[in-house]
Amino acid sequence: MSTLAELIRMGKPPKGRVALTVALGSLTVLLGVGLMSLAGYVISRAAEHPPILELTVAMVLVRACGIGRPIARYFDRLESHDLAFRVLARLRGTFFRALEPQVPARVEGYRHGDLLARMVGDVDAMQNLFLRGVTPALVAAAAGVISVVIAALFVPAAGAILAAGLLVGGICIPALAVATGGRAARGRGAVRAELTAELVDVLRGGPELLVLGADHDAVARIDALDDELAGRGRRSAFVGGVVEAMSVIVTWLTVVGVLAVCVHATEIGALNRVLVASVALLAMASFECVAPLPAAALELRETLAAGERLLDVTRRGPAVLEPAEPGELPSVTPVALEDVDFAYPSEGSWALRDVDLLVPQGRKIALVGASGSGKSTVASLLVRFIDPDQGRVTLGGADVRSLSQYDVRSRVTLDRQDAFLFATTILENVRLARAGADDTAVEVALRRAKIWEWVESLPDGWHTFVGEDGAAVSGGERRRIALARTFLADAPVVVLDEPTAHLDPPTATAIIADALAAGDGRSVLLITHRTEGLDLVDQVVTLRRGRIA
Amino acid sequence: MHPFDPRLLRRAGAVRSTLVADICFGFLATVLLLVQATLFALIVTRAFDGRPFPARALVLFATVVVVRGLLAGAFETTGRLAATRVMSELRLALVSSRLHAAPATDEPVEAGELATAAVAGVDGLEAYFGRYLPQVVLAVLVPVAVLVWTADIDPTSAVIMLVTLPLIPMFMVLIGRYTEAKTRARWDALARLSNHFLDVVRGLPTLRAFNRGAAQAERIEAVSEAYRRTTMETLRVSFLSGAVLDLAATLATALVAVTLGVRLIDGEVGLRPALTVLLLTPELYAPLRSLAAQFHVSADGLAAAERIFDLIEAPSVAEGSSAPAVTWQNVGLEDVMLANPGRGAPVLGGVDLRIDRGEVVALVGPSGAGKSTVASLLLGLRSPDRGRVVVDGADLGTLDPRRWRRQVAWLPQRPTIFRGSVRHNIALGNPRASDAEIRDASERAGFASVVEDLPEGYDSVVGEGGRELSAGETRRLALARTLVSAAPLLILDEPTANLDADSAATIATSIRAIDPSRAVLLIAHDPELALVADRVVRLADGKAVEAVERAMLP
Repeated sequence: MSTLAELIRMGKPPKGRVALTVALGSLTVLLGVGLMSLAGYVISRAAEHPPILELTVAMVLVRACGIGRPIARYFDRLESHDLAFRVLARLRGTFFRALEPQVPARVEGYRHGDLLARMVGDVDAMQNLFLRGVTPALVAAAAGVISVVIAALFVPAAGAILAAGLLVGGICIPALAVATGGRAARGRGAVRAELTAELVDVLRGGPELLVLGADHDAVARIDALDDELAGRGRRSAFVGGVVEAMSVIVTWLTVVGVLAVCVHATEIGALNRVLVASVALLAMASFECVAPLPAAALELRETLAAGERLLDVTRRGPAVLEPAEPGELPSVTPVALEDVDFAYPSEGSWALRDVDLLVPQGRKIALVGASGSGKSTVASLLVRFIDPDQGRVTLGGADVRSLSQYDVRSRVTLDRQDAFLFATTILENVRLARAGADDTAVEVALRRAKIWEWVESLPDGWHTFVGEDGAAVSGGERRRIALARTFLADAPVVVLDEPTAHLDPPTATAIIADALAAGDGRSVLLITHRTEGLDLVDQVVTLRRGRIA
Repeated sequence: MHPFDPRLLRRAGAVRSTLVADICFGFLATVLLLVQATLFALIVTRAFDGRPFPARALVLFATVVVVRGLLAGAFETTGRLAATRVMSELRLALVSSRLHAAPATDEPVEAGELATAAVAGVDGLEAYFGRYLPQVVLAVLVPVAVLVWTADIDPTSAVIMLVTLPLIPMFMVLIGRYTEAKTRARWDALARLSNHFLDVVRGLPTLRAFNRGAAQAERIEAVSEAYRRTTMETLRVSFLSGAVLDLAATLATALVAVTLGVRLIDGEVGLRPALTVLLLTPELYAPLRSLAAQFHVSADGLAAAERIFDLIEAPSVAEGSSAPAVTWQNVGLEDVMLANPGRGAPVLGGVDLRIDRGEVVALVGPSGAGKSTVASLLLGLRSPDRGRVVVDGADLGTLDPRRWRRQVAWLPQRPTIFRGSVRHNIALGNPRASDAEIRDASERAGFASVVEDLPEGYDSVVGEGGRELSAGETRRLALARTLVSAAPLLILDEPTANLDADSAATIATSIRAIDPSRAVLLIAHDPELALVADRVVRLADGKAVEAVERAMLP
């Protein structure tokens, strides 16, 4: 419940719009109720052969309900979707604000695209929060109460039976669906994940499994998991069947009950005989409001599970804290790690231990070491994505913890090995390094990254779209676009983290040479596990298992 | 995907009996609905006429209700059972196609996405097989039944129904055409907007490095807002079709009710038939309306199925059954031509290549020259379009591929790390390998130093969900797997890609030290690495050319 409250608070739904969707949803149900019960009245009364004028009003009302209901339903669907998207937009913003200061240090597996996609999927699932969770429940409550009151005005006992039927249909059956379906679904999630992982192995490594002769084992495992999943699928099919059967039975037994008390009421003269069909049909039509609730309850449970995962992220604090009163940014820019220890919370061993490293102003230093030796941790410390456990990181002699993060990153820029290309144009991808940079500045940056000629040769020039995560450009082009971005940022200290990963040696040498040559008065820290370009720097520092060698 | 795609319907054939049962349940439930309407009218009419309390009719009504409920439950259950079974079959077909048919190209499949489709896509197929397909039949059967029943008790109303009924499919077609054109025009814009959030989240480390992270929150809200506006414009049009269906159904009900009222006053019809018809009218339109709704829900499942079908129906390679001689002396290609579907010029345009036992042959050439394709051919993973792959002169297509592959160890260009421990991953290359042999292979692959840094050494869990390995670590682990094998033919596809100079040197030494009774095909990008080979063959423009004779060097 607190998850729901917290998610609703995060989504900040406009109250007026929530009220509007609930009103439209209830109106839709009630117009259906009106259509059937008025039609029942018209027919019953007509059987007494009254003058036709006496029925004119009722007939007009029947037609009005018939026309009004689809219109109300149309606007109900529109408004409830509109609300869902509004809530989604706000949730995305709120979630992003909480996520941003944790990245990349506090979000595990950040390089794993699948995990991110799942997280984004969880956020997007929140559009169901109102659409398929909260709103149907509120509509059921509102329309249900009104129907019960109307029925009770004619025959109090009919109102009581309808109330009982709606409560069973709107609360007990959804609860049953969640209890039985929920158990099946919980285990099913785990089996699904397991089977997906096995399928990924076979799909990705199928030919290898064949050559290794390990295909039979893989197929046997998949068969077993598939059997298990199919078994759970069968169980949830039965649960679905039971819920469906109970919904039908509860609805119509309520109608039978209402019919019985109405017939009895006419016998004792408490109800006009022309109203029997009318009240019974009212009861029947009012069940429309609880019909979506079993599915909504299951949906809400899933949405809340996704919401819980999101709240786990938003409840975590930022990776580093902004100082209360940021110090003045020093004018000189040597950067240094002084006696730094650092360990990632999830890992037992030190990532860095007793590390001293100085990048004097205007010098080019290379930091080399095998993968896993802690090189990228150094990069993260320098731009203050993380803070050291012991020791300090300084910029111009000042501890970076005393400076604003914005100031630190305007002096020290990081070109990460996984530099990301956004699904937009080359121009916009480069320009993001400096807001408001003019075209000339971007062109200069592209020229310095030695990619201007390629860009110019494209039919759309720098308005060419790079595709999703740069899928439309080659590895070398991607690196050079990222490099142009770093040049455009124009920071006095540049950290290049594996700028040549995944490139062939000639391209790698050329890119490193260009990156270092274009540095002019800048300080550069080149982080690499390769040998290309090491002859171009002033000093080579080696990192071995978290220590300076 | 077309809702009646023959490939889908063929799958439905396997669950035909379940689907037929499903339709029967649905139809019987409808018949009971007719009985229910009749009983309802009977009870009301008796009360109207002042007859005694209709206890027996009410009990009968309640019984019919319970039976109908059970039938509705059975309808729901059988449909979903059919869907579960079809999805299960599709998954297994997908697995076996990946393991027994040739990959159409050497490009990797989108494994993660496809696996998710194969597992989670069942929800959409549930709607398709469980509701949409049976509903197609019911949409024909139910209106006929309602019309016949109505004609029996009140022919005039049946005529009104018959006249209004075609309005629904007609509106559906007209509106459908109009909305489809409107919707498709916005599709690209919508797709781009909806991917924006994922794009920004993925690039967040980059944005933060450039001090642009925080500013994105407003942008995300703005883009989401733009998405909302565009989507709403689309929905305003596409919800129209649903509204028109609703309108047709409720208007018809109102029309029938009012007409009945007028005819009742005139004494043309009795109360009982009038009430029955009133109750039946909504049921006439229900299956058609639900058909439209179910089709929307099925769309995702159909998309998932389509992706799987594309892969399942890849052609398979020629497989023979004779056992290859364990003592074979050479393998090779004879005038092999092979084209990748959908590409212009063939990758290999008449390639000859021979590898003898005891020699290391390096295959070099630009990216895309078909080096990895040669490996696939030698492994029997692909068949040539022309020419032959031969083992001691025998066509590989006539040999039992399983037994042939036992003679080959392969390091692919993009090796896969399977879920499990490091030891498990290496031992896949040779299930009988001792711990000492596994350690030795790791040493030779330059992977032993990586294992030392792992908290649980050889028991550390890697692969999906386990510890993430870098590209270089993955390659060295896979190389250890290849080197632990004793197979007489080794195919190493770029063993030193993504590796630092030290590791590359270790590996080059290990390759030089491979048992001289074996044959090695070394696919190399790195010219340094090609130096360890006895011969270098250059592959370019679809032809293989002997580049340098190295056997004579000291």
